[in-house]
Amino acid sequence: MLKITDLVKRYGSGDPVLKNLDLTIEGESVVSIIGSSGAGKSTLLRCINRLVEPTSGSINLNGTELTSLRGKNLRAARRKIGMVFQGFNLVDRLTVMENVQSGRLGYISTWSAVTRRYPKADIRRAYELMERVGIAQYANTRADQLSGGERQRVGVVRALMQDPDILLADEPTASLDPKTSEQIMGLLRDLAGELKLPVLINIHNVTEAKEYTDRIVGMRYGRIIFDDVPAKLDQEAMDQIYAGSPHADRAKDGAAA
Amino acid sequence: MTTLAEKFGRDDWTRFTLRQRMTRYGVIFGCALAIAWALTSIEVIWAWVWGAPEQIGDLFGRMYPPDPTNLETILKVLWDTVNIATFATTFAVLLSLPVAYIAAQNTTPNRATLWLGRLILVTSRSVNTIIWALLFVAIFGPGVVAGILAIMFRSIGFVGKLLGEAIEEIDRRPVEALEATGASRFKVIAYAIVPQVMPTFWAVSILRWDINLRESTVLGLVGAGGIGIILQGAIDTFNWPEVATILIAIIVLVIIGEVISAYLRRRIL
Amino acid sequence: MSAPRDTWKKPPFIANPLLRWAVILGAVAYFGWVGLTMPIDWNRVSEGLGRAGRIFSGAFPPSFERSGLLIDGFLESLKIAILATAGGVLLSIPIAFMSARNVAPKPIFYLGRAIIIVARSFHPVIVAILFVKAVGFGPFAGVLTLIVYSVGFVAKMLAERIEEIDFGQVEAMRAAGAPYFSTLTYAIFPQIMPRQIGLTIYQLDSNLRASAVVGIVGAGGIGATLANAFGRYDYDFALAITMVIVGVILVSEAISGVIRKRIQ
Repeated sequence: MLKITDLVKRYGSGDPVLKNLDLTIEGESVVSIIGSSGAGKSTLLRCINRLVEPTSGSINLNGTELTSLRGKNLRAARRKIGMVFQGFNLVDRLTVMENVQSGRLGYISTWSAVTRRYPKADIRRAYELMERVGIAQYANTRADQLSGGERQRVGVVRALMQDPDILLADEPTASLDPKTSEQIMGLLRDLAGELKLPVLINIHNVTEAKEYTDRIVGMRYGRIIFDDVPAKLDQEAMDQIYAGSPHADRAKDGAAA
Repeated sequence: MTTLAEKFGRDDWTRFTLRQRMTRYGVIFGCALAIAWALTSIEVIWAWVWGAPEQIGDLFGRMYPPDPTNLETILKVLWDTVNIATFATTFAVLLSLPVAYIAAQNTTPNRATLWLGRLILVTSRSVNTIIWALLFVAIFGPGVVAGILAIMFRSIGFVGKLLGEAIEEIDRRPVEALEATGASRFKVIAYAIVPQVMPTFWAVSILRWDINLRESTVLGLVGAGGIGIILQGAIDTFNWPEVATILIAIIVLVIIGEVISAYLRRRIL
Repeated sequence: MSAPRDTWKKPPFIANPLLRWAVILGAVAYFGWVGLTMPIDWNRVSEGLGRAGRIFSGAFPPSFERSGLLIDGFLESLKIAILATAGGVLLSIPIAFMSARNVAPKPIFYLGRAIIIVARSFHPVIVAILFVKAVGFGPFAGVLTLIVYSVGFVAKMLAERIEEIDFGQVEAMRAAGAPYFSTLTYAIFPQIMPRQIGLTIYQLDSNLRASAVVGIVGAGGIGATLANAFGRYDYDFALAITMVIVGVILVSEAISGVIRKRIQ
């Protein structure tokens, strides 16, 4: 269970990007976060695995308080949080297998990492997952030779190799064409079910969010203003989430304060 | 109907505005002044200058025909020259890796190491191979060791600077992705940074080897081994035909080096 | 597909195993054999550490006592660099045209390329030592050396630029009936001028560096001062000279970088 309480993130001395945000994710649900650019979706996701340092508040994953971890403990916690990126973030010049195994880097010894002698169980697991998403034939291909959809599949497998307790996906389909994009969303939903894994997806495409996820969280300028099943997301809610601009909100906040 | 020129009262045209012209004249005047200063104050005996073409012609005349009697020794020493360049390049490339790592802004552990790295690079780069060679000949005596060290010390700065820049220009995103998997710093470097700088690493190593081949031909002139020693010997004994053979050997060596490095670049990159 | 496999090996760098092993064994053999047979006098080398201590203790603190000599030597280097740049750049323009494939007839092209290859193959120090023998010790040999050095670089780069020019402009001039030299000034010079100016500034900078070196074999300038100091075991003066050389090189590199950035 992921429980976020009173989370604040402020860059420099400006207005906070996340404002006293609360969010709880239980069980193996697929949750999507929607909202216009600058609403703080990406920052929220990155606060969870501490790629971004939260200013205050608490993030608790299965009993571990993430915000106070450092060094070794932080790395151990990150192992249990898989992340899929908008730009895939693969290492282009390595093979698909090396990219996939890089998800295990937190577990294996430095020696086996450098010499590329991966544990047998990891290799078996990698082939299983690659087979599952349909990229097993590319194990020895360099990552930069794959198409966008294939690259994102590598990204997903890499995250799953971590044997995570939760999967974060930051705009996983924004760099893909519509058809590939739907395949990846379908894959994320199916894998979540198969692996009994909660998934948190930032997404721009509201249609995909409605179709592939169990719960939609709508963010607007650092706050959650909608949190319900997709069926409840009507036109009025949509308008609230997407209307206005951060600037207008800022003015209103100023007036209220 | 009036033409455009009449309408605006203009029938002259110049390429530049007055200000532009003034700057141009200023720059040209400045250059002329610098050359005039250099010409009038340089300490040369002008009679020698006028006689120079004849002297140079005479020198080349005496070189013909090249004398290949010592060819075997020349080739042997040429091989030593290649070895100096290759060994020095190899050591320099290996040593420049940690230097590049601490001299790149995004990988250096802290500000002190950053400045240490930059200091090493600047010192190494600004002192010419020959000056390094003078120093090492004074320390280790004439020979191959001084030559290898001289070339190494000069190359570390060159390779380290280019590698450091390559590290600073890497794509940050894979690094972020691997940090998110909980990988340690060392593993992130091995998986996300090293593969990205590998092409630069090879390209720079090959380029520097090519340059070092040239540099190692002159080390001998200050006593640091290689073909330069017998070149100096031949010049000192006025054995011009042998000098010609040595010069031809050097050209052939340099051209072969260029061909090899071009081939390796094509194959590896 | 069969059951998932549990072994994986990174595809090797060189796919052909025969070639791969040949390269690996070749490298091991080369470094091993050459490393063992190099003509190294280890006794002499092991004395080096003590000697290094003496040299460095002799070099500190650097001595600027004879700064008059230092400044004279340095000004001479500057003069050598200026004259060599002027001469070298002027000379490299015709040579560049000779060695550009698209404007020069075949035989002249080969001649031009040969000049460039010879000028580039010889390290300036070798050229310097020959000129010192031909025209005597002193800055004149230095100027000649660096002219050759400048031609090797500037003519090569310029020839490459000329080969890249837009030939349509030349055709337009010819179509307008322009004579040869007008074509040159209107269609080709404007296209190569920016590169030429950039190269000139770069070459002045690199001639200044090189002039410090050619002096070591007798071609004048600060290098001669440095070689003398080394020869007389004046290590404190030698260190002072080296520090000044490094300082000047850094400054001139910065200035030439700024100017070249401004021009583009």
